[in-house]
Amino acid sequence: MDRYRAHPERIRALVAPNQVHRDVYIDPELFELEMERLWPRSWLYVGHDSQVPAAGDYLTVDLARRPVIMVRDGDGKVRVLQNRCSHKGAKVVQASSGNCRGMFRCPYHGWTFKLGGELRTVPLRAGYTGTGFDQSSAARGLVEVKNVAVYRGFVFARLSEEGLSFEDYFGGSLSSIDNMADRSPLGRLEYAGGPLRYEHDCNWKIFIENLNDTMHPMVAHESSAGTARDLWRDVPEGTPKPMVIELALPFVSSYDFYDKMGVHTYPNGHSYSGVSFSIHSKYSTIPEYETAMETAYGAERARAILGEARHNTVYYPSLTIKGAIQSIRVVRPIAVNRTLIESHTFRLAGAPDALLERSVMYTRLINAPTSIVGHDDLHCYRAIQKGLHTDGNDWVSLHRNYSTAESESPDGTWNGTSEISMRGQFRAWVAAMTQEAPQ
Amino acid sequence: MSTTKAAATVADETLVAFVYNEARLVDEKRFNEWYELFAEDGRYWIPLTRNQPEGRLHTSLMYEDKLLLRVRIDRLGSPNAFSQIPPSWCQHVLQRPEVEQRDAANGFYVLRTPFIYAESQGDRQDIWAGVAWHRLSWLNGGLLIREKKVELLNCDGALPSLQLFP
Repeated sequence: MDRYRAHPERIRALVAPNQVHRDVYIDPELFELEMERLWPRSWLYVGHDSQVPAAGDYLTVDLARRPVIMVRDGDGKVRVLQNRCSHKGAKVVQASSGNCRGMFRCPYHGWTFKLGGELRTVPLRAGYTGTGFDQSSAARGLVEVKNVAVYRGFVFARLSEEGLSFEDYFGGSLSSIDNMADRSPLGRLEYAGGPLRYEHDCNWKIFIENLNDTMHPMVAHESSAGTARDLWRDVPEGTPKPMVIELALPFVSSYDFYDKMGVHTYPNGHSYSGVSFSIHSKYSTIPEYETAMETAYGAERARAILGEARHNTVYYPSLTIKGAIQSIRVVRPIAVNRTLIESHTFRLAGAPDALLERSVMYTRLINAPTSIVGHDDLHCYRAIQKGLHTDGNDWVSLHRNYSTAESESPDGTWNGTSEISMRGQFRAWVAAMTQEAPQ
Repeated sequence: MSTTKAAATVADETLVAFVYNEARLVDEKRFNEWYELFAEDGRYWIPLTRNQPEGRLHTSLMYEDKLLLRVRIDRLGSPNAFSQIPPSWCQHVLQRPEVEQRDAANGFYVLRTPFIYAESQGDRQDIWAGVAWHRLSWLNGGLLIREKKVELLNCDGALPSLQLFP
């Protein structure tokens, strides 16, 4: 179990420029090190501020297996607190969301905490007089995560003190969040439900890599999107295309389509595919919405916003978004071979219901535990998780369109079927994994 | 809605037998016969949350019209449906359905059926529980499903793949 902890050179040897060793997906020690070294240094998605509109509104999630509370404080600020009673360590808040009515109260001994985490009351406090309590961590209350950033409503936290600033970490990739929010005539997203919570019995990286893997849809999704295509073929010409057909058919586009779509990579593992166009580009127009956009932004700017139809953007390692469809997926690693994927949908403030209807339908068709698209994806992820336990070939190929020049220019656009986004993820991975765990 | 005088005479036993038969057709993978039980505007709905009011503007686990049911059924017959290798099998165990609502004049009936549903694939078996609501109409001389709503006990939980039809 101590094969890697004290040996950064062994970790470095797992990642070649164009292939990775299978241990990165199946070794439990590496998973523990990811939770200690990679995830805490990264800016992780916590939630959306429209989920906590009023003071005392909160939600609870696990970030890299650490339970946290995201809460709206009395001053309007969104705070992230470690969900751990300062007394005996109990997780203070058990509900997934709600309003705490001005304070958090531990269910065990009734200690209460303010919205900023400060200790508020302790029953029979006199019993602590002269005990050293006032100087202890118990008296300080719930620990606040200091590094929190809210960007267009998206709340991110960096658990460790050390690491890049929010802007340096995400850089130009934030343009995908901008485009998602700009699609609202009011420039604002509103949380609109979910989450769909889908258990994946595979390593979290297999899921993340798939988001900008454009060589699998025409194979893995032939039975779902291809069946929809075949059914539609038999329909008399001129029949209005149902929304479901419009959403499903582009999945089985050609290799050429996906290649010309393009992929853009950024430093620190982030990327998006669908630079020139994407499977979301040809949805039918909704005139009422286009008018609202033109009124809000002017015709030219509105056209520019709607002309961006990015496929998936990966905010490494915890979040993937689909701005053009207002849907996001959040990665919650549980064990080396277990990951929870949560899908959430958003309403574009000021846009007609038809946009939300499309977002809801897409999310259900593609991301649900009942999705025939999701079933085939997970089937392949599982097959990888299983297949990597064979001996005789320790390496997973990431060669497609590799070039020796690419590591010097991580910010750039490439052909859409390149595996460069995955190579970029592993460059970020090895940089974080070969450092000591941050304090 | 076109109804006939015969609507008024649909007995409880006929309604109950319809629900039993519906489950049996799924368990025996007679999906094309099952598909024919749905009215043209019929829906198969698995809400994501408790007391979910509707499925158009709120995410559901399934909210299938007949076109989507057709896609699912046809896909199950495809050799490229990789997640069905090996195939899934399912078994409904139903509590006796109760007739919750009877509108004989309009030939409309609502039945409530608590159930246990098992889905197995290879070495794995998942057990699901819940309540099914059948909204049935007497149309063209027979009963058809306007909506089957499946309220899963753990609808909001972290769920594994659910591949057939509870």
